[in-house]
Amino acid sequence: MAERELLLGDEAVALGAIHAGISGAYGYPGTPSTELFEYVQGKAQEEGIHAVWSANEKVAYEEALGMSFAGRRSVISMKHVGLNVAADAFVNSGVTGVNGGLVLCVADDPGMHSSQNEQDSRFYAKFALVPCLEPADQQEAYDMTRKAYALSESLKLPVVMRLVTRLAHSRADVATREREPQKPLDPPTDFFNFTLLPTNARVMYQRLADQQPRLQELSEASEWNTLTDGPDHSRGIIVNGIAVNYLGEVYGGKVPHPVLKIGQYPVPVGKIRALLEKVDEVVVIEEGYPLIEEMIRGVSGVAGKTIRGKLDGTVPRCGEMTPSIVAKAMGLPAAESVKASMDHVPGRPPKLCPGCAHADVFAIVHEALSPWPGLKMFSDIGCYTLGFYAPHNAIHSCVDMGASISMAAGAAHAGFHPAVAAIGDSTFGHSGMTGLMTAIRDNAPMTLIILDNGTVAMTGTQKTMCTGEDLVNIVKGLGIDPDHLKVIEPHRARMAEQVKILRDEFEYRGTSVIIARRPCVQLKRKGG
Amino acid sequence: MKFDIILAGVGGQGILTIAYLLDHAAIRKGLRFKQAEVHGMAQRGGAVYSHMRISDQPILSDLIPEGHADMILSVEPLEVQRYMNYLRPGGVVISNDEPVKNIPDYPQDPGVIDALLALPRAILVDAAGIATAAKMSKAQNMVMAGAATPFLPFDIQEYQPIIQGLFGAKGDHVVQANMSVLEAGWKVGAFTKALLDKGVSSAVAGRLVMRLDPLTLQPAMAGDLAGVLEGPNARAFLAGTGDRVACDAAMLESLSA
Repeated sequence: MAERELLLGDEAVALGAIHAGISGAYGYPGTPSTELFEYVQGKAQEEGIHAVWSANEKVAYEEALGMSFAGRRSVISMKHVGLNVAADAFVNSGVTGVNGGLVLCVADDPGMHSSQNEQDSRFYAKFALVPCLEPADQQEAYDMTRKAYALSESLKLPVVMRLVTRLAHSRADVATREREPQKPLDPPTDFFNFTLLPTNARVMYQRLADQQPRLQELSEASEWNTLTDGPDHSRGIIVNGIAVNYLGEVYGGKVPHPVLKIGQYPVPVGKIRALLEKVDEVVVIEEGYPLIEEMIRGVSGVAGKTIRGKLDGTVPRCGEMTPSIVAKAMGLPAAESVKASMDHVPGRPPKLCPGCAHADVFAIVHEALSPWPGLKMFSDIGCYTLGFYAPHNAIHSCVDMGASISMAAGAAHAGFHPAVAAIGDSTFGHSGMTGLMTAIRDNAPMTLIILDNGTVAMTGTQKTMCTGEDLVNIVKGLGIDPDHLKVIEPHRARMAEQVKILRDEFEYRGTSVIIARRPCVQLKRKGG
Repeated sequence: MKFDIILAGVGGQGILTIAYLLDHAAIRKGLRFKQAEVHGMAQRGGAVYSHMRISDQPILSDLIPEGHADMILSVEPLEVQRYMNYLRPGGVVISNDEPVKNIPDYPQDPGVIDALLALPRAILVDAAGIATAAKMSKAQNMVMAGAATPFLPFDIQEYQPIIQGLFGAKGDHVVQANMSVLEAGWKVGAFTKALLDKGVSSAVAGRLVMRLDPLTLQPAMAGDLAGVLEGPNARAFLAGTGDRVACDAAMLESLSA
């Protein structure tokens, strides 16, 4: 008997995975994916599921692949840029294939609400030659996840679930159904598949290539790839994921044109051809990059057909899809609204919390760098990226997890001095250690400030892996000269003393590390 | 029935708690809903919003199309203006009158409040005053949820089990205090709505509510009051700045004279 639950898109995938009998959940926090893992974590004990955050997405993916090797089901969650970190494991798992069902849920962030780019994970699935499912709503997120495990095990391949922010972070009621038990431990007896020596990998890659027609057949027959007719054949519409809801919305639920809705990849080429036979013009409304549109256009277009979408400007290339964009693309009039009664509404960007230690670090660094006018820090992914804005104006870069350290080292190699980097404790654990080890090995003249606030603050104070004395020991273990490892508790009140500590290290022509240790105010608020 | 709300405010003001309350009220009533919210970086003191849709029919889009919102419900008065392109003609704005001035270029007083009162249908709520009077200074969001409720298909009492679930662990007194600020907010919303429905302008209704003790507001008096607000006594009262007075027969009489 179906029960109804109130779930975010992220949580609908999580519950689908739990009901599919997963034995493990793996991931690293990242908006908009965080709530998926946290939902499983909240039920882990009662469900007997292993759910502990991993140091980074690559570790998470490999742990899940190990669980799959052992015959059991698991879910991995990460944000889109996290898949760049996990890409080595992910792409190769397409070649090894899987044993127990493996579902990778990636939450893309079109519009960059909380990200550095809006890369489209459907390309990763295509690149790895594995199926990708893309739910249109919370119910599909649950249903698709349930079926994704059977699909994964029947194909012996990982399956990608692609979410976008507006589904990941939108709540609705979801009907659930009877759950499956966890799978027994059942490791393979033939170790060929998982050992990608060239001799084996060539065979396995051939197997993957040979499976592609089967993946195509499944897409053609998929219940999530639907071609519906409409009375007005002046044009047809191709739409993916949640954009189908915007399309329905702007037409009041009755779209007058033929519509191909795509929710399973590889792209169902037969259904696209069937739509093209009905109409002379197709509008492609894609949430994400123009993946489908580029495939249809190819290099020379389709003879006698007009293809509209992101590539001809019918739909904006950048930013997230909205009902208003869909309405405009379809030539529908813009709705009237009440006029704002102010001419100018000042922006209100996010900022560091009152009492945040990062603000004090920025003030101290600012003063310590004063002999070098205009100099700022290489920085990284976390709350402290807000140090870019006034009044801090303390950083001059943020690229990817760990880049602060390696970029500072590279700049130092070029003669840039003092090269100063700032990274949080969790980001350091995620991707900073290898960069620091490299810098130390060649005594690169740079100073790393590790902002140890004891938590993964930006995504909601998840547990960090290297804080306090553990962090000191890790840095020592990486080989830092103990004379150039300093631990301070940053406070404006101790400005003069702490500025001196920093400036001495900035002047030192070798690798130095300063750990600025002071707990996150959010952590204190939550009694952590 | 369909009702689309843009919830607005500043990170940390409890927007998502309002959303939680209304979501659960909807589902307990067998209504459909969708509610898109903002997590992550924006929650650090930046502008936050949520698209909340309630209907007795299935809902398609998670986002409210521009020009389709029936209400903007804001816990901060400047934030209202950021989302006006969503408000349909005839839609209502319900806003806290307490600014959060955490940006250097926040408009000078009384620009933000005057701008709200210039809107065709706006309800201003002294959520800070009501919450503080109940010794619940952090519950401005609950006052605002209460103020919105006269427009929604819910009674305040229907929130009781949800509030119990949210705050029960903190003790019965916390549950009761939240229910009382919801109720107080409801009075402001219902009273001002009644005035607007009688054709009183947002500005006049807003200035009247600002002169009255919010805990004494009687929505049933709105009809009689609407008839006297153009008189000289009423004009003088509305322009005044003295202590708030009780909304009662004596007040009505003094305005009518």
